[in-house]
Amino acid sequence: MNNLIRLVEGQACIVSDDPWQLDAEGDAPLILPLTAWRERQPAAVLEGRAVSSDGLLLQVDDEPEALQPFLASLPLIAIDFPSFRDGRGYSQAYLLRTRLGWRGELRAVGDVLRDQLAHMRQCGFDAFAVRADKSLEDALKGLQGLSVLYGRSVIEPRPLFRRGRHKEESRS
Amino acid sequence: MYQYDDYDRALVRERVAQFRDQVQRRLADELSEEEFLPLRLQNGLYLQKHAYMLRVAIPYGTLSAKQMRALAHIAREYDRGYGHFTTRQNIQFNWVELERVPDILDWLAEHDMHAIQTSGNCVRNITTEAFAGVAADEYLDPRPLAEILRQWSTVNPEFLFLPRKFKIALCAAEQDRAAVQVHDIGLQLYRDAADELRLRVLVGGGLGRTPIIAQTLREGLHWQDCLSYVEAILRVYNRHGRRDNKYKARIKILVKALGIEAFAAEVEREWQPIKDGPAQLTEDEYQRVAASFHKPAYVPQDALDLDFGTHLARDEAFARWVSRNVMAHQVPGYLSVVLSTKPGISAPPGDVTAEQMETLADWSERYGFGEIRVAHEQNLVLPDVRKADLYALWREAEAAGLGTANAGLLTDIIACPGGDFCSLANAKSIPIAQAIQQRFDDLDYLHDLGELSLNISGCMNACGHHHIGNIGILGVDKNGSEWYQLTLGGSQGQQAALGKVIGPSFAAEQVPEVIERIVRTYVDQREVNEGFLDTFQRIGLEPFKASVYSREEVA
Repeated sequence: MNNLIRLVEGQACIVSDDPWQLDAEGDAPLILPLTAWRERQPAAVLEGRAVSSDGLLLQVDDEPEALQPFLASLPLIAIDFPSFRDGRGYSQAYLLRTRLGWRGELRAVGDVLRDQLAHMRQCGFDAFAVRADKSLEDALKGLQGLSVLYGRSVIEPRPLFRRGRHKEESRS
Repeated sequence: MYQYDDYDRALVRERVAQFRDQVQRRLADELSEEEFLPLRLQNGLYLQKHAYMLRVAIPYGTLSAKQMRALAHIAREYDRGYGHFTTRQNIQFNWVELERVPDILDWLAEHDMHAIQTSGNCVRNITTEAFAGVAADEYLDPRPLAEILRQWSTVNPEFLFLPRKFKIALCAAEQDRAAVQVHDIGLQLYRDAADELRLRVLVGGGLGRTPIIAQTLREGLHWQDCLSYVEAILRVYNRHGRRDNKYKARIKILVKALGIEAFAAEVEREWQPIKDGPAQLTEDEYQRVAASFHKPAYVPQDALDLDFGTHLARDEAFARWVSRNVMAHQVPGYLSVVLSTKPGISAPPGDVTAEQMETLADWSERYGFGEIRVAHEQNLVLPDVRKADLYALWREAEAAGLGTANAGLLTDIIACPGGDFCSLANAKSIPIAQAIQQRFDDLDYLHDLGELSLNISGCMNACGHHHIGNIGILGVDKNGSEWYQLTLGGSQGQQAALGKVIGPSFAAEQVPEVIERIVRTYVDQREVNEGFLDTFQRIGLEPFKASVYSREEVA
């Protein structure tokens, strides 16, 4: 994939040699929807004895829980944003990271735009396949977001009131 | 009221800087209108018929005098000298320019205000009743929890692109003055036998195209579970709410499709893993926020006020105003005052000029503790007025055009901006409201009619809450011309009910006469001391229908 940003130990890097593809041309490793992914896997992967050479694409109607049996075999999970206005991917990411304990790469693909990157990062995405017509350098500016998060998120599971807000006040 | 700390200030300031950049990118065409749209909506900015409209958040309808003056400044500098208070207790400015919006937001931030999430498919302004903290029938003060929910829902990254807008309201009194039963989530707060704060959680209420009264999702929720439980509801909604049709995207449709038991089971499944986690609210945080809402320094007053009695006896107009626009208070000698924004022909419902805003700010300091409330009926409230000051305040209010003695009466009309401003409207609202107000300008008659709510919406989106007006008027489009459909018997509060359609719709010029016939039918049929709603419930739609559609031409 071109136009990819990845967080490496919290630092955003532009990735220029990403091998993954969403469509089936050539012999690049593929990211596939669940049904297609299962069809392509050898028994060893489905039984959890080997790691798959294909990534998995979670689509908006998919249940993240359906991935549970395969988590140990997956090299990468991508979550599809068919439109940047469709927010289902944020909750899917939360569930994958927090409830199902997915630690591998979680990539946002589809209508991925600068002004939503910070929200995606908060929800546990660590790779962002920015829409092809958009500049990566611009998109990088959208990763940081606001410095204050009142509530909680995947990367900051404690709400602000459990992060020493009261102490801060008494200090000032 | 709630006092911003450094975190609150940093958030609103950074948000303004972020939006300033987004506006610049839009103006430079780096952002398409499609990409910009949800960004501007989540910063309160709509594109209306004639201009951009900015909706400023007034969390649970509470303003300081200083903030009211800041709004007056915006009205004068960036608008045409007035603002419009809404049924979500916010204020809208109808004539702003895109290029100047970041400056307005900067000005708001300087006064600890913002326009975040006053629009868009996200959690909107948290509302509660205008008399929170002072109402005589209150079980407890809903404002600390309202503020905690405001913070929790502000820029919550998981829930900024919901299927549709999401409205949460709280009430904590015997009377529900916050219309919680017609909200996506309605929270009824109370104390249990052990004096613990508990919540009854209602879900799936709403007006709009498919009006539905909320159902009870859970009884007896402990206050510490409030955030985690709302989070669970939102996660279920975000994942499963419909996104294929914007008219079927509200949570009420999901709740209806699944049924309340199945929906509750989904929420329960989502809630169990998080309920005892870090989202659980702490006593420290509740106390930190509650400290902002400590009672002001009331000075106990003599219960017996001879001057007040004399004024009541001598001045009939004052007595009339007191009977309608003054509410009982928790502290003896104090009262809450409703300042009507519905004077009739001189101003549309909810519209308040910059001068009036400044005058209100002055009164709030002179006659209270510097606080003003916005009621969801679009009126303004001074929550803490000494009984001894009522007469002086009334005289000033009369002079300023804010002293109309019609709170809760037929002319206290809730109306959306309608076709005069709104690009969604099918029909105008304001001229209809004003024509009715003109027809019923005899205050004695109005007072004799008693409580009677009349709500007008210019389209199905129901911003004017027409479904829950005793008389509801809905603007509809018929082959390009504006018509009005009437409903009767709607009500808000604990006995919330949706009005019933009376029959075929009317042309604009027929509406005042139709309303008069409805009112006449009520007067003819009522029993001693029977209110409109009770009469309607007793006799049903038919007598009204017969009168309205009688052969005698409606003129």
